[in-house]
Amino acid sequence: MTWLLNNGNLIGQLVVAHLLIAIPPIILSFVISVPIGWVANRFSWSRGTLLTVLGLLYAIPSLPLFIILPLIIGTGLRDSINLVVALTLYGIALMVRTSADGLASVDPDVRQSASAVGFSARSQFFRVELPLAGPVLFAGIRVVSVSTLSLTTVGAVIGIDSLGSLFTDGFQRGITVEIFTGIVLTIILALGVDGLLVLLGRVLMPWVAVNSGRVNRRERRRAQRAVTV
Amino acid sequence: MNLFVQGILWVLDPAHYGGTEGIDTRVGQHLLISLGVLAVSSIIAIPLGYFIGHTGRGRSLAIGASGAIRALPTLGLLIIIALVVNVGLLAPFIALVVLAIPSILAGAYSGFEAVDRRGIDAARAVGMTELQIVGRVEVPLGLPLLIGGLRTASLQVIATATLADYVGGGGLGHFIFLGLKTNDYPQMLAGSIIVILLAILSEVLFSIVQRLVVPRGVTAGQPQDVRVRSPRSRAALG
Repeated sequence: MTWLLNNGNLIGQLVVAHLLIAIPPIILSFVISVPIGWVANRFSWSRGTLLTVLGLLYAIPSLPLFIILPLIIGTGLRDSINLVVALTLYGIALMVRTSADGLASVDPDVRQSASAVGFSARSQFFRVELPLAGPVLFAGIRVVSVSTLSLTTVGAVIGIDSLGSLFTDGFQRGITVEIFTGIVLTIILALGVDGLLVLLGRVLMPWVAVNSGRVNRRERRRAQRAVTV
Repeated sequence: MNLFVQGILWVLDPAHYGGTEGIDTRVGQHLLISLGVLAVSSIIAIPLGYFIGHTGRGRSLAIGASGAIRALPTLGLLIIIALVVNVGLLAPFIALVVLAIPSILAGAYSGFEAVDRRGIDAARAVGMTELQIVGRVEVPLGLPLLIGGLRTASLQVIATATLADYVGGGGLGHFIFLGLKTNDYPQMLAGSIIVILLAILSEVLFSIVQRLVVPRGVTAGQPQDVRVRSPRSRAALG
């Protein structure tokens, strides 16, 4: 307990460092995955190819990726950019399938109606398809955000500061409270960001709450299953 | 890229084989941990998942628990267990089992749920007992998704078993952590390359098995189809 009281400052710094590493990949992977998901659905050849190739990214174990990546992108091993890029790649691997599924879930009749009333391809995407795919996409971001915030801690073993540093430091010095603090704070951050995302979703997609929650839940469950299985 | 070549040469160097520190020994340890973990977590998760899938009970609990475990940092879990049960193999083993259970569980119950309800009603109508329905209808039809769950779990376990050596559990992580300590980049790369190869190997093997276990005549049971749309919603429409 005394450890906790004496190290408030350190904990604060690590929380900030953790968020600085984890937040960019969550945003980047969404921004990058949605266009890829759209392309995946657009052509008959692209869906299988893109989803398989990008899905393979997820097959690369994290620690080895952290070690090999600096050679490819030219950063230092202990550079946090290294971690940000790796986490973004994982985010994309998870998010592309959800994006493709979400965009494919838009009713073709709706799409045809949209182009019939004169939406250009661009505004059809931004004003019809994207909002309608919103709930599924959001379910995907939530999964990415939780796994990214948790995966960030692994960087600590190669010396990149995050809440994971509490694990490695606590292990070396045998302070159980420190490790426990790290675990609890990581979970709190994951749940906190998840909560913020839910709020953001309510603000951006008010119709989802009004709409029958059942459909939404089914979509979300489907997206969740696509990711977990 | 020059370092990368050195890493590959490190893997190929005959001096790094044999003995207790050799690549072959470490690969063996790594595979042994991974297989052991998969076996133990399957024994726990498959019956539980089948129960959830067949009865529909405890489903939301399982989803909630899986979500919570995803938020739980494996490294932290591994280290805190290591402090309690001492360094060695046991701590990584327990942590990896916890990690592997959600995927296998999800594979087991979603496999059952993906079975067309009309098929189950038909099985009941021709007089199958509940146990026969489970054993002869739901298990074979749900197998592709169960293997899918095992595939995810195997990938996660092989990847994360790399961390086992951080608490003295051995395996391929040894090369990575030793390389980090001694600033031996080629050795770190060598360890990383082998782990990645194992992960890819596991993916390839499981994707083959996944294709083989689809019962003959069940084209709709292809894993991709099941993922995109559930037959249950189709049954409701038709």
